[in-house]
Amino acid sequence: MFWINGFLNSFAFGAILFLLAVGFSLIFGLMRVANLAHGALFMLGGYIATSAVGLGFAGAVLVAGAACAVFGGILERTLIRRLAGRELAQVLGTLGLAFIIADQCLLVWSGDPIAQPAPEALRGAVGFGGIVFPAYRLALVALALVAFVGIWALVERTTLGARIRAAVDDREMARAMGIPVSRLFTTVFCLGAGLAGIGGALAAPIMSVYPGLDSEMLPLALLVVILGGIGSLTGALAGSLVIGLVYTFGQMLLPDLAYVILFLPMVVVLAVRPQGFFGRQAA
Amino acid sequence: MKSPGMKTLGILLLCAAAVPLVLPGPFYLSIATQVLVYGLFAVSVNLIAGYCGMVSLGHAAFLGIAGYAFALLTTSTGWPLWAAIPAAVALSVAAGALFGLVALRTSGLSFLMITLALGQIVWGIAFRYVDLTNGENGISMPRFQGLLASGTGLYYLCLAVTAGCLALVTILAGSPLGASMQGVRDQPRRMSTLGYDVWRIRYAAYVLSAGIAGIAGVLYMLLFRFISPHTLSLTVSSEAVLMVIAGGLGTTFGPVVGAALVVLLKNVASAYTDRWPTLLGLIFLFIIVVVPEGLLPGARRLMRTFGSRLATRRGPTPIPASPIKEARP
Repeated sequence: MFWINGFLNSFAFGAILFLLAVGFSLIFGLMRVANLAHGALFMLGGYIATSAVGLGFAGAVLVAGAACAVFGGILERTLIRRLAGRELAQVLGTLGLAFIIADQCLLVWSGDPIAQPAPEALRGAVGFGGIVFPAYRLALVALALVAFVGIWALVERTTLGARIRAAVDDREMARAMGIPVSRLFTTVFCLGAGLAGIGGALAAPIMSVYPGLDSEMLPLALLVVILGGIGSLTGALAGSLVIGLVYTFGQMLLPDLAYVILFLPMVVVLAVRPQGFFGRQAA
Repeated sequence: MKSPGMKTLGILLLCAAAVPLVLPGPFYLSIATQVLVYGLFAVSVNLIAGYCGMVSLGHAAFLGIAGYAFALLTTSTGWPLWAAIPAAVALSVAAGALFGLVALRTSGLSFLMITLALGQIVWGIAFRYVDLTNGENGISMPRFQGLLASGTGLYYLCLAVTAGCLALVTILAGSPLGASMQGVRDQPRRMSTLGYDVWRIRYAAYVLSAGIAGIAGVLYMLLFRFISPHTLSLTVSSEAVLMVIAGGLGTTFGPVVGAALVVLLKNVASAYTDRWPTLLGLIFLFIIVVVPEGLLPGARRLMRTFGSRLATRRGPTPIPASPIKEARP
């Protein structure tokens, strides 16, 4: 029972991590921008969802995702673009933004943790052969898998995806072939920011939303990307699963040292394969 | 054999030595001491970010490890100061040696991400391992005796240590090792072709930098006599990077100038607003967008642009290539 519950919690946490990390990884893979505001967008999505809960849970999640997507698009157009070609400046710019977003969230939503009730329909538990699972966590795992398939189909099976892949592989050549790389950048940034917002909104019922959530989640997303490989969708899923398992079991078995244990998968992967499980090039 | 950097250092040292005589009270003296402590911390970040081109966003971990070690060794274990200080610094050197093995598997943005993650892991230990670190409440130390009890004595101690470390880094930067560091920063592949062990040069710089950050951590504890997980947070690491960039990346005195700027701003701002993180973020954006080469050279450039505009009414002078070393993939 202990183990089964542990696995389910790991998968549910991994699902949230996936939503957070996949956008980070896509943005990094396509644009070479390590968006350190990603954790702040995640937290912002969570806060917006708690305020928009009057629209119903699904409505609140969608509003949070849309708001973060629009916000991300504006950031890309106004700030990231202005610093094009200056990687370090872009990273530090997003870090500055992360501070501003987190501090403004503190101003708007105060310092107390805000709990978000799970949607009515998913509050119960589901039984399988005598074992009971909380329905909401199962739904999270299902949603993450849907998101994975959706993003996979978008990247692998649509024209937009083909263009994104072309721009990832060779930006200059893609431009020369007439692909609007600049608009693709904005699209990907919106998509990544929106996924982070949705992730935050979906995480709210199990983690609640509180100041510091951003700087707690951001390193986990970085670890996922370091493990999985930059720009890799499958890598983001595999990395989320590993970090979800390590973090959840770490907290159950050795609560004092849960953070230290996160060190281990990173050490192993960097020692054996610095580019990550599915990374194509050395990071 | 005196280089111009050392001469300037000597003059600045004399000026700094006169500071306690001029300042009106202990509050200002404490701020001046803070500038020295954070300045030393920024010097350690500048050593790897400026001279080696590897920006670390997890350096507060070394400051904090030494700080916690110093506090725990003197209070819980009852070690004397003379034994606890080298032990604390040695511990942060050891942490640097360990983290360097991991982080230096990569470079550029990945290095930055890994140092950030490592820094947050150490923060997580300080926050969660309550039995050892007392968690969020932090650890306080009793008042010190003798020289350290007086603000002036502490100021001169911090001045001596910071100036010593700054001199060391300046000498290092002019040495063959320093030259090879800058070579590795600008042209890692060529350096490797020329037979330099790029990894070993970076590793040496990283571990030395962790040691200097550890010394800053001990000074931090001597000054504040209190440490909590906040000292290890991403905010503190980022403030150090901001100090280095504000002062000018890879310059000798830039980190201390940047530290003075950030410490003063923080103290002035705290009188008017408790929105320091927002202000910090805005300063970050301002410096990155408007004066990426650092405040002093940037201000000079802007003045020139402004002056030539008035004189000729022609277009702006072109921005010189930014000395912010771009992280390479």
